[in-house]
Amino acid sequence: MKGYMTIDDIPVEIHDERNMLELIRKAGIELPTFCYYTELSIHGACRMCLVENEKGGLEAACSEPPKPGHKIRTNTARLRKYRKNILELLLSNHNRDCTICNKNGECRLQSIANKFGIKNIRYINTSYTPEPDESSASISIDRSKCILCGDCIRVCNEIQNVGAIDFAFRGSHMKVATAFGVPMADSPCVGCGQCAAICPTGAISVKNSLEAVWTDLLDKTTEVTVQIAPAVRVGIGKHLGFEDGKNAMGLIVAALRRMGFAKVFDTTLGADLTVQEESREFLEYVSKPHDLPLFTSCCPAWINYVEKRHPDLFPHVSSCKSPMQMFGALVKEYYKDNGKRHVHVAIMPCTAKKYEAVRPQFAKDGKPVVDHVLSTQGLIHMIEQSGTRFDTLEPEAVDNPFGIVSGAGVIFGVTGGVTEAVLRALSEDASNAALLATSMAGERGMEGLKEFEVEHKGETVRVAVVSGLGNAGRLVDDIKSGKKSFDFVEVMACPGGCVCGASQPYAPPDVKEIRGKGLYSIDKLMSCKRSGDNPILEDLNEGILKGREHELLHVSYVSDGKHGA
Amino acid sequence: MLKSRQELKDLREKCRKAAKDEVRKILVCSGTGCVASGAQEVYDSFREILERLAIPVSLRFIEDGHGVGLKKSGCQALCEKGVLVRVEPEGYLYTKVKPSDCETIVTETIEQGRHVEGLAYKDHDGRVCKTTGEIPFFKKQTRLVLENCGNIDAESFLEYLSAGGYSSFEKALYDMNSQQVIQEIADSKLRGRGGGGFPTGYKWQQVYRQKLFPKYIVCNGDEGDPGAFMDCSIMEGDPHRMLEGMLIAGRAVGASAGYIYVRAEYPLAVRRLKKAIADLEKYGLAGENILGTDFSFKFKINRGAGAFVCGEGSALTASIEGKRGFPRVKPPRTVEHGLFDKPTVLNNVETFANVTVIIDKGADFYKKIGTESSPGTKAFSITGNIENTGLIEVPLGMTLKEVIFDVGGGMKGGKKFKAVQIGGPSGACLTEEHFDLPLDFDSLAKAGAMIGSGGLVVADEDTCMVELARFFMNFTQRESCGKCIPCREGTKRMLLILERVVSGNGRSSDIENLMDLAQTIKDTALCGLGKTAPSPVLSTIKNFRDEYMAHIVDKQCPARSCEKLKKFYIEPELCKGCVKCAKLCPASAISGKAKEAFSINPEICTRCGICVSGCKYAAIKEAW
Amino acid sequence: MENAIDLDFTRNVIDEFNGAPSAIIAMLQEIQEKYRYLPKEIFPVLSRTTGLSEARIYSLATFYENFSLEPKGRNIIKVCDGTACHVRKSLPILERLRAELRLPQGVVTTGDLEFTVEVVACLGACGLSPVLTLNGKAYPAMTPDKASNLLRSVKESEVPRDA
Repeated sequence: MKGYMTIDDIPVEIHDERNMLELIRKAGIELPTFCYYTELSIHGACRMCLVENEKGGLEAACSEPPKPGHKIRTNTARLRKYRKNILELLLSNHNRDCTICNKNGECRLQSIANKFGIKNIRYINTSYTPEPDESSASISIDRSKCILCGDCIRVCNEIQNVGAIDFAFRGSHMKVATAFGVPMADSPCVGCGQCAAICPTGAISVKNSLEAVWTDLLDKTTEVTVQIAPAVRVGIGKHLGFEDGKNAMGLIVAALRRMGFAKVFDTTLGADLTVQEESREFLEYVSKPHDLPLFTSCCPAWINYVEKRHPDLFPHVSSCKSPMQMFGALVKEYYKDNGKRHVHVAIMPCTAKKYEAVRPQFAKDGKPVVDHVLSTQGLIHMIEQSGTRFDTLEPEAVDNPFGIVSGAGVIFGVTGGVTEAVLRALSEDASNAALLATSMAGERGMEGLKEFEVEHKGETVRVAVVSGLGNAGRLVDDIKSGKKSFDFVEVMACPGGCVCGASQPYAPPDVKEIRGKGLYSIDKLMSCKRSGDNPILEDLNEGILKGREHELLHVSYVSDGKHGA
Repeated sequence: MLKSRQELKDLREKCRKAAKDEVRKILVCSGTGCVASGAQEVYDSFREILERLAIPVSLRFIEDGHGVGLKKSGCQALCEKGVLVRVEPEGYLYTKVKPSDCETIVTETIEQGRHVEGLAYKDHDGRVCKTTGEIPFFKKQTRLVLENCGNIDAESFLEYLSAGGYSSFEKALYDMNSQQVIQEIADSKLRGRGGGGFPTGYKWQQVYRQKLFPKYIVCNGDEGDPGAFMDCSIMEGDPHRMLEGMLIAGRAVGASAGYIYVRAEYPLAVRRLKKAIADLEKYGLAGENILGTDFSFKFKINRGAGAFVCGEGSALTASIEGKRGFPRVKPPRTVEHGLFDKPTVLNNVETFANVTVIIDKGADFYKKIGTESSPGTKAFSITGNIENTGLIEVPLGMTLKEVIFDVGGGMKGGKKFKAVQIGGPSGACLTEEHFDLPLDFDSLAKAGAMIGSGGLVVADEDTCMVELARFFMNFTQRESCGKCIPCREGTKRMLLILERVVSGNGRSSDIENLMDLAQTIKDTALCGLGKTAPSPVLSTIKNFRDEYMAHIVDKQCPARSCEKLKKFYIEPELCKGCVKCAKLCPASAISGKAKEAFSINPEICTRCGICVSGCKYAAIKEAW
Repeated sequence: MENAIDLDFTRNVIDEFNGAPSAIIAMLQEIQEKYRYLPKEIFPVLSRTTGLSEARIYSLATFYENFSLEPKGRNIIKVCDGTACHVRKSLPILERLRAELRLPQGVVTTGDLEFTVEVVACLGACGLSPVLTLNGKAYPAMTPDKASNLLRSVKESEVPRDA
């Protein structure tokens, strides 16, 4: 303890809080903020977190360090007035079509304005006329809703190091823009969607394919199948009265069946196939001399990043399709002679999957194998729209013939999971002790970069597990400059992995960690822990995949010469 | 390259002697104002005439031997009377000198020592003032910082040396330790001249204490206040004084580099600073191991790129770092994490120039000037509707009345004084009731104003204070960086209201809303510039509420200034009913019966004024 | 185009500053001095060598008023609208210049790229207000008529450009 501060007459102990805001929140007081996030640099621009000290001075709680003996108040007449005035100023420059907004009900501006009871706005509305940028497959941009908090810019630059957007112009002409205001699709954007996840308003939102899914689902001549990514089951969250991190898979399956999906599958089987292919590829890769490591390929935002920033790395990126695309190819193959029009939907925690699905490299007969990518949030809306009460459902199992999955495939949804799954596959020892040892090799944990070595058949394998494209970019620089050297590198674009994907309901870092732990708990309950032990794989290898592994499970991003997203 | 203290002393002595020998000098003012008025042409003309008349001329101090010293000096302060030329040793000041006057000056004054009355300054009563000492404008000034400005060749390092240059730095380097230098500055109670008036010694002490290296000295030369040019004059007129102050600061706090951030609109200042720094490097007073000691210090110049907000400390350092000029939240403070996240002393040009004076003359001497809590002098630029516009330096604590009437010479054209805007867009207006207010940091703060950068804009009865408030709000709004909500959105709203008021569309709630917005911005904006942006509005509402009411309620501008509130009417007695005006009126706002008095419908009238010039009988009048 | 965009020039500028991202503003200033604006073509080069994103460089180019992304005129007139100039009626001078050059609302450069008319906050020559500068040279105590004359003299003194 480092003394205490008096907040609204309550003494609060100071420990390691970085600023007064953290301390105030620790004291159980929720100060409104638009631009503060623990994982981002302090911007200090929204001025909503101002507090009043004993002398009547105002201090921004987000930037002031806690000071022992300091006395502050968080809710005085002045502060109330100023917060309301700031909200009024924001709203006077905001497209207030709230009821038809993508973020209706999830908008921080809306909820804070509601809390403060803003009923009257004295100034004429000067917001832009909406000019949405729909060029990206992953996100929608509507500047008329932007409050210029800069959260998206800081995520894009500080965390993801993508640098697609920044502030342009200044003063009342300031806006968030790409270089020269080009459409998002023509910018360095990789579609990771982290900007949309953090945006407190409807200015940036995840693209929504709800209506298209409903249309196909309600069309009697169409058979709609669906696959569910591992991370979705632990992130569906509070919206449906469910705890973050708890396995909701059975309920999701039940809900989807009620809605009319003909078959419900688990993307985890795709992950098992990925492990099979990738470990085979890895063994071959390390048996030859190599300066650069083999990079994983499951993450589509990472693929986009390589394509736009480091196309020279492609020869070192695994040729495996992502689990979604492997599974999609499999399902399409399975249903090809079904007689009925078949549509395949993937429910994903990821915004970049939306672009991956329409990539020309994956098209079969000119059509994508995954017809629609539905976000976790989209799934929540669909369930709500269907009228199904989630809390009344009984859990159900996924459908055959793809009904069995391994624990290794489930943990694909968290940083380090792919690596662990591959390590399990490489290990010849299937004992529990060996599994435990593998889990402690260094791949687990939410840190952005983990580096470690493992032994494989007497050889040392140097592994890096990286999440967050900013971390990945720095690692690539270090590898290219020869500062660091590895044999295998797992990359996930979202910090923490897919459980923290931008299509999941927004969650602060501690909740993201709970989701990650949720996947490990599921793994624990699985009897089949290693992908190779999944009996379905053998059937597939001998059946549908026989002789067609390359066509159905592998991809080359450079062969067709197309590089732009 | 000077390698020791003795070598510096020897060179200075040589320069001193040369200056003494250089009895006859022609100082052509080459400040921005006089350059604009043709100083270069005057200089060239002198040179040509002197050469033609075979009078030995020395263009480069010392190097050209003993001729008539022909020099480009810094600002000689009476900018409006430029081109200014002073001839020494008589000290004759000539005003509005044109190239064609040069021959007379040479043949009369240079050759025969005679005064040319036709070019002399004449005071208010038409009395001829031969020298600056006789001009009332200069009499009440105390020129400490501007001591050299206008008296030496602004581009000559050697001439600066001849005037005792770099002896303060020499003292700080050899005779004092860091703590002593800082103590001297602290004892002098010098307060930052950039606006806030923060104690300089305290700031240095904080940077000195930091353990993080390297440390930086940053000089704020981003004088953005539209109507202030003191720092410009120092950088152009006596750049070495400021550079010397920076070297002293560097020595005191243990910094190894100094950055000078100069406003984009000051190209001459940049040129002179570059020359000055090149000379310092050449003579071994900048760079590695200065004068053979272990003190190393490098100078860098950063040119601004057009953003007023970069006058704010953290925005300025961000700009030097190659970023948008966004101010950042504090803490951490600049003294701990400033430029490139390193401990940084950030002072403005005038503050560094004061440092040189203090180390030279001592804190005790310095404290005798000015007031107890605000010692020393302050440079102001007085402009607007005043007799003597220009650059002045007066002891802090001089009353407003003295500044305006004794130094400034009173109102131009005998108009009635209305107000003076002090501190530019961050400042406030002072009125007659403040005539006895001493101009120092604390008295002004108490009166709700601030010295700011030191711009004084004098407004007479014809100046509309609402329009002036709108002008400043337009400025701050245009220059707002846009980072924080209160300033970005709030100033926009305030401007919209003010624009509405000056165009006659004010609403009864406007004053109340302006006050509400102003208070919000003042208390919640992120940076100092944002917090002070509403000051002009608050102070004009406080002092001239009637004018606001006249605009809002009566739709009238008492100062007869707001164009959109101008009305035309036809004097019935004078109108002959000739119909000409009605035919001319493009808006068909004039009607009436022939041979009877016509009238203008104010609702339709667009105030184009065509009818006024068209009326033979001068029957159409303007009213507000 | 008068100037084809020579990327070697940009590369030389970058080299001069060792590609330091902190020197980006100085680089942009030098490039703008050559072309009188910031050509779009230089952005990828600057981005690659400094490591700053193009969006960041665009951000700077639009934040600072002196940068222009549109070609500026061969003659640049800056009308001072600082406080001193403003109270002595600088705006009518601006209006006259804009009218004579037939500049529509929101446009600062003539179609033939001969003239650019800008407003600046203060040129530091308040004693001579109202002031304007033409290609860096200041003209004191201006009036709308004097401004017209100045414009005329520029047009008349114009030497035909080399082929």
